[in-house]
Amino acid sequence: MSNALLQLTGVTKTFGGIHALSGMVCEVPEGKIVGVIGPNGAGKTTLFNTITGAYRADAGEVKLKGVDVTQWPSYRIVREGIARTFQNIRLFGSMTVWEHLLVAQPHSESAWRRLLPISWANPAAQARAEEVMEFFGLTELRDRPAKSLPYGIQRKVEMARAVTARPKLLLLDEPVAGMNHDEAEEIRALMIRLRDTGLTILLIEHDMNFVMRLCDYLYVLDFGVLIAEGRPEDVRTNPVVLDAYLGKDD
Amino acid sequence: MLIQQLVNGLTLGAVYTLLALSFSLVMGILGILNLAIAELFMIGGYLGFTLITAGFPLPVAVLGGMLGAAAIAIAIEKIGYQPLRDAPLVTPMLSTLGFSIILQNVATNIWGSDPAQLPDEYFGKQYALGPINIGEMQLIVLVATVVLVAVVAYIVQKTPMGRALRAVAENREVARILGVSADRLTMLAFILSGSLAGVAGVLIALHYGTITPYLGVEIGLKAIAVMVIGGTRQIWGALVAGPLIGIAEVLTVAYGGSQVRDFVVYGFMILILLLRPQGLLGGARSDQGQRV
Repeated sequence: MSNALLQLTGVTKTFGGIHALSGMVCEVPEGKIVGVIGPNGAGKTTLFNTITGAYRADAGEVKLKGVDVTQWPSYRIVREGIARTFQNIRLFGSMTVWEHLLVAQPHSESAWRRLLPISWANPAAQARAEEVMEFFGLTELRDRPAKSLPYGIQRKVEMARAVTARPKLLLLDEPVAGMNHDEAEEIRALMIRLRDTGLTILLIEHDMNFVMRLCDYLYVLDFGVLIAEGRPEDVRTNPVVLDAYLGKDD
Repeated sequence: MLIQQLVNGLTLGAVYTLLALSFSLVMGILGILNLAIAELFMIGGYLGFTLITAGFPLPVAVLGGMLGAAAIAIAIEKIGYQPLRDAPLVTPMLSTLGFSIILQNVATNIWGSDPAQLPDEYFGKQYALGPINIGEMQLIVLVATVVLVAVVAYIVQKTPMGRALRAVAENREVARILGVSADRLTMLAFILSGSLAGVAGVLIALHYGTITPYLGVEIGLKAIAVMVIGGTRQIWGALVAGPLIGIAEVLTVAYGGSQVRDFVVYGFMILILLLRPQGLLGGARSDQGQRV
């Protein structure tokens, strides 16, 4: 596939002799939603950390739009257009929803302008924040500090924050963990709307049903090894997957 | 008499507030105590003192103390903090302790260890407000404190720069992931903090009309107690704790004798640490979010 936004070849990451990831190969085509599934400890979060440069791969290559970014520092990869959310929500507790969306656009003001009030410093950043708030249905909650918001809303704020800087690729680490069915459906609808705006999404998920009805393509990991891949309907019936993942209690 | 003591205590408390803000700007963002701040305060005091006795007007003296202290703060960040930022927290703290002793030594060599005195004619004017007397310099200290606190509040709360500072303070890693340049903001925190300490030094030196190289140890370190009492993670706690400690200290000296002064201040700090570690203002600590 030549239109792959993200391409991993033979990516390996070891922690003290344990292979968290071994020889991971995957591709994320532009404009698609791709899922990575697997039992706990399968190496899913390690995969994200390696893509964003938080971990350095021991072997293999991570390519973004054909450019090898394996050895790049985290901030360069981020500026190149990858944004992420975390399995455990990591918001700035005392900052408001509105402030989260502004702080996510850090390179939008020249140095001296950073000492002006936001309305003068950068109307464009403000407009973008308004737009994202609207898209995520957060406008009403604009001035609420993040820690005062319900869990499901916090997840949305984290997604909104990640999207604000207009990334090309959005990495979502268990975006519906701990959510009830209705909340999860809302997030699913949001993700589809995001994809329709041209954003490419790679997500890690535990909830099989959720990914089956959302993703265009799936990768299945077990103990750091890619054991299957394919379209959701094929993966669902793959005996290797059933054995490794669905057959087990998690 | 009591009201007069309250005014005196408020003036001292104002300086504590500025210094405690200076400590907590660095503490809040990096989690380290920059012990050299007390000496930046002392050096700032000497610079202002020197400029005033050389005949410069007050604003020049304040600016001089501020810029001098900020410049040293930059050096401390570059030499004493940056190379050690990945080390355990105690390491950069020890390096700032080293800096503080060196700075005290430098001051002793330049200005001597005897107290320098300001001639009486400077800022000696007294205004009578009913039963109380307010000195010209006391008024300047109080007004300057209000202005500086407002400036810091504006920068931290209202500007893009302050927002980025708060983001780094709350979660450095996530701020980085969002592309916030944590290193540049660290430097900025040192500069802001050093400037505040420098101004506080000029103000207190001119208020007392005398200064020694031990000003940092005598007064500067007390701001750490003020910060703890206000709450280390709540930089605005200093607004309450500063005047409180200033007044408590002045009243202790007036009615109990100066020999128990430090006992009261530091004793109160230990009590707070034991009974209310989140500080007087309490409430939610900014480091306790839904993060785990």
